[in-house]
Amino acid sequence: MEVYFDNAATTAVFPEVKNLMIKLMEEDYGNPSSLHMKGVEAERYIKTATSQIAKELKCQEKEIVFTSGGTEANNLAIIGGAMAHRRAGKHIITSEIEHASVSATMDFLVKEGYEVSIVGVDSEGKLKLDELKATLRPDTILVSVMYVNNEIGAIEPIEEIGKIIKEYNQSILFHVDAVQAFGKLRFTPKKLMADLVSISGHKIHGPKGSGVLYIKDKTLIRPILYGGGQQKAMRSGTENVPAIAGMGLAAELMYKNHEAKMEHISNIKNSFIDKVTKLENVFNNSGEAPHIASITFVGIRSEVMLHALEDKGIYVSSGSACSSNKPHISNVLKAIGLDSTKLESTLRFSFSEFNTMEQVDYAVQMIEEILPVFRRYIRK
Amino acid sequence: MDYKMFLIKYAEIGTKGKNRYVFEDAMCKRMRSRLKSLGEFDVRREYGRIFVETFSEYDYDDVMEVLGSVFGIVGICPVVVVEDTSFNNISEAVVDYIDKEYSDKNFTFKVHARRNDKNYPKSSMEINSDLGAALLDKFSGLSVDVHNPDVMVNVEVRNVAYIYSKTIPGPGGLPVGTNGKGMVLLSGGIDSPVAAYMIAKRGVELEAVYFHAPPYTSERAKQKVVDLGKLVSKYAGVMKLHIINFTDVQLAIYDNCPHDELTIIMKRIMYKMAQEIALKEDCQCIITGESIGQVSSQTTQSLMVIDQAADKLPVFRPCIGMDKQEIIDISEKIGTYETSILPYEDCCTTFVAKHPVTRPKLDVIEKSEEALVGKIEELYQKAMETVEVVYCR
Repeated sequence: MEVYFDNAATTAVFPEVKNLMIKLMEEDYGNPSSLHMKGVEAERYIKTATSQIAKELKCQEKEIVFTSGGTEANNLAIIGGAMAHRRAGKHIITSEIEHASVSATMDFLVKEGYEVSIVGVDSEGKLKLDELKATLRPDTILVSVMYVNNEIGAIEPIEEIGKIIKEYNQSILFHVDAVQAFGKLRFTPKKLMADLVSISGHKIHGPKGSGVLYIKDKTLIRPILYGGGQQKAMRSGTENVPAIAGMGLAAELMYKNHEAKMEHISNIKNSFIDKVTKLENVFNNSGEAPHIASITFVGIRSEVMLHALEDKGIYVSSGSACSSNKPHISNVLKAIGLDSTKLESTLRFSFSEFNTMEQVDYAVQMIEEILPVFRRYIRK
Repeated sequence: MDYKMFLIKYAEIGTKGKNRYVFEDAMCKRMRSRLKSLGEFDVRREYGRIFVETFSEYDYDDVMEVLGSVFGIVGICPVVVVEDTSFNNISEAVVDYIDKEYSDKNFTFKVHARRNDKNYPKSSMEINSDLGAALLDKFSGLSVDVHNPDVMVNVEVRNVAYIYSKTIPGPGGLPVGTNGKGMVLLSGGIDSPVAAYMIAKRGVELEAVYFHAPPYTSERAKQKVVDLGKLVSKYAGVMKLHIINFTDVQLAIYDNCPHDELTIIMKRIMYKMAQEIALKEDCQCIITGESIGQVSSQTTQSLMVIDQAADKLPVFRPCIGMDKQEIIDISEKIGTYETSILPYEDCCTTFVAKHPVTRPKLDVIEKSEEALVGKIEELYQKAMETVEVVYCR
């Protein structure tokens, strides 16, 4: 049996999305900037995708900027926001459990002379709000916090964070990396009081290389790519029409029958956690996000467990996929206070609507078989 | 410049007496096979030298890279070919050649002419002095130094004329295939590809073994070794890589032997397996990347104990006296370093003890290995029967 439990890394593309994209590559391949019919046609697909995304975010269409993915959206929000507001101050706040596309961008800004404060999280991975309040300063220009953590699935109290920031100072930019939240939670940037929201296409059964940065109307952002002035000069470069159209359709499909789907995914997640934690020395570190389970198998290094599961046709992740090709200790797991033996023995299982209860039972059964075999062999 | 030809210089082969043609043929064959994908080339031996002639458009850098990876070549001279051999024409071509080839025209030179056609109106000496005069006339910064010139301008007059002066260094060594065959143990680290390169440089054809231990080592670790094999094959030619699934044998050692001796016993069994395949494939030696004292299993005591396991073939360890940095320097030069440092675990480190033995004694290790009798034979056999073969090219 093949069981894909790595949907927080990436997802299978919806067949409808695939078909649309093929059509765009085979027939409607025009450049949206071209003046002729082919160009107008291509532009129409972008308009459709824009309205599909705007509808789910309940925002205006002009607030949508398409990017090459979550990483570019985060870079544009953070670098573009920091640059545009640097005369108001050079202080930025973020959390200690951000994705590398945020934390590495912060490192870059530190080298450019910005000051970055990092706010801690509690044992559930939630931002310490008191610490946030104490960190805000008159020269703070930007706060960037993720919505759903990609490794443990903690949901951050984004609405409260937004309120705290805006009550302190209306003009501080609030950026939310919602890559793991979009398509899973229902939210609107307005309710979150967010000025900037990053989302990604390939986490919602859309294509890789697609993403969106929501930029609240009248928010000042400096572009990071310059050229032909596409997307109102916020993101130059010929639009990736197939990816944009695919992402728009994926967003629409993702939010169709949304409640029923999320119930299905949560049931799968909860059932998996219930069953797997009944096994000896298996611990749960998962947050509330419907699709992510973080499980510690004491006594087996995560990489070994991952490959042992792979051998049974079960695909999971150790840490986040983007960083797991180098052995590292997870910042997130360290931040929530996992001790060192658990740090290197934790796997992420992440689910989608295509997963089934049969797969859960098969996975748990395989884990039950694997555990005693591999626990015998440890480094001494 | 538009080079129609390359003159290949080789040194060591020249001393091989009556076997010389074997070495030259092997080198030509290797050049032909490597050049095939880059265009139409003719590689030929002529008057005791080797020429590569081009018959199609080609990328100069690609050709240089390929010729720079053929062992046996010590230098590559790009040659300008002049069809019309009248002296005036040659003279113009030489002036044009110097003009284009050297941007800074302040150097000493000497013209070295040879003529194959004895009916040619000028003698070699006359060609030398007349071409020299033409160059001095044209470029005021040039001066002649017949004893120690900065630039030696070679002009050969045959049915066509060749002009060349620059020599790009080649890798040296002996052509692969002229010195038997060896079995290299590739781990995926920095040292073993360097060892493979160094032995291949002496003309030895290579095959390789890799010990795969799923799920302790990943598919990516295996892919990395295949990739390293491909990089080495640029120099060594097609390499047959034998991938042995070592997990069960390794776990049996874990179950039955003292933990601090695990690495030593494991490596002894690896040597035995490698030797068995090597003999089957007609190899005359085993090659490893070991270097004295680098890790606990590479102390002289450990190497002695491990070495005994390969009882039928010599083990060549070209890195044995090198520092890590020296090995790294070579791996960077041959282009394997970037791949070698990719962080995937190899099976040697999977269960490595916190305090492994550094001065093992053969009798103690052999005693420990007795615990494997009756337990490991079947696993050993199974591993040898399920070897996966990949051709690295």
